[in-house]
Amino acid sequence: MIAIDKVSKWYGRTQVLADCTTAVARGEVVVVCGPSGSGKSTLIKCVNGLEPFQQGSITVDGVSVGDKATKLAKLRARIGMVFQSFELYPHMTATENITLAPIKVLGRDRVEAVARAHALLERVGMREFADRYPANLSGGQQQRVAIARALAMEPIAMLFDEPTSALDPETITEVLDAMMALAQDGMTMIVVTHEMGFASKVAHRVVFMDGGRIVEDAPKAEFFDRPHSPRAQAFLSKILRH
Amino acid sequence: MRIDIPFIVDHLPLLWQGMKVTLLLTLLGIVLGIALGALLAIARLSGIRPLTVAAAAYVDLFRLLPLLLIIFWVYFLLPLWLGRPIGGFYSALVSFVLYEAAYFSEIIRSGILGIRRGQINAGLASGLSYAGTMRHIVLPQALRNMLPVLLVQCINLFKSTSLVYVVGVNDFLMAADVIGTKDNRLIEMYGFVALVYFTACFLASLAVNRLQRRYAL
Repeated sequence: MIAIDKVSKWYGRTQVLADCTTAVARGEVVVVCGPSGSGKSTLIKCVNGLEPFQQGSITVDGVSVGDKATKLAKLRARIGMVFQSFELYPHMTATENITLAPIKVLGRDRVEAVARAHALLERVGMREFADRYPANLSGGQQQRVAIARALAMEPIAMLFDEPTSALDPETITEVLDAMMALAQDGMTMIVVTHEMGFASKVAHRVVFMDGGRIVEDAPKAEFFDRPHSPRAQAFLSKILRH
Repeated sequence: MRIDIPFIVDHLPLLWQGMKVTLLLTLLGIVLGIALGALLAIARLSGIRPLTVAAAAYVDLFRLLPLLLIIFWVYFLLPLWLGRPIGGFYSALVSFVLYEAAYFSEIIRSGILGIRRGQINAGLASGLSYAGTMRHIVLPQALRNMLPVLLVQCINLFKSTSLVYVVGVNDFLMAADVIGTKDNRLIEMYGFVALVYFTACFLASLAVNRLQRRYAL
């Protein structure tokens, strides 16, 4: 469903992505990991066109992201995204956060959108916080609302950009649980994360990046048991030591 | 020395005539100044090089010149170019709008820049257009953040309008001056003007503080 083919990207003269190639099938959960600065966040932002890239191609459900003729807004409406720092709109309640895009982009009826938002909040265990503003929610709660907000657009795939990196340890689980439930429902997901526990439980494949390159792209079991590259081995030994 | 309160009361209708001019100048200055300032801010943030440079040059130019000089320029030199005088009131209004727009544009620009890139990304990622993201996500937050500074600038404008005195516009200060000079009651008049300006600005800044506390995000 998502095909990334020889993508390269530069910031000025600095190359941040080099020849990245991978693909995500419908219903597949792919975890992207690697040291910070390895380009993993940049790569998934290229998937919905939040970051432009200079070489290569990315297609989502047959639509080319880099093509000038592509209506990016239309494509983005079909891909959900969850950010490291939640990015809930602080001037709107949880419900308003969720209903904004369905009403403004899809032209949904307000009453229907609100009912659906409440159902989604129920699904992530946040129904009782429907009328709270983000400032009055914990990090984990905000992130669960952000997941509900992305789901409200009925996306064909979901992108997670380090969804638990900004969270307190005790609230990480509640977000990971919501993500696991989503994966079990068959959602196509690309997840940039350091949570190797999540990767080992939920991912089908793991992509390991370093220095802007995809160094390893392997089924989960293979990645954890027999990583090929020394860099992936070093990364795993550091992150799994504890 | 005796303060002649009844003298002030007797002249309130005349003073009110002057105050109406002051308020009209302030109001028009704010509305048109913010409109021009918003255009300048958008031009400067557009990322289109000629627009950015032109807007930046405008803002820097007008912030580095004294307001009084701009009033003189518009009053004495603009008519040479137009071929006819435009009168004190319009000279003053044009000057205020040109001058204040530079400040308003900086306030609006920093208000918009104060919104994290992530908020824009979230809006775009949800399928909203750039304009839709601005309208529903960036501007409502930016407006809230800049409201206090914007109001302080409005208070400054209200005080600055007294400069129209130099081009003979019959504003509040001018009215008081004329009345005071005629009957040799300058102490009463200047005192009253000070009291009115002080009270109005004091109340307005109290309101600003309130807003600041209420809308702090």
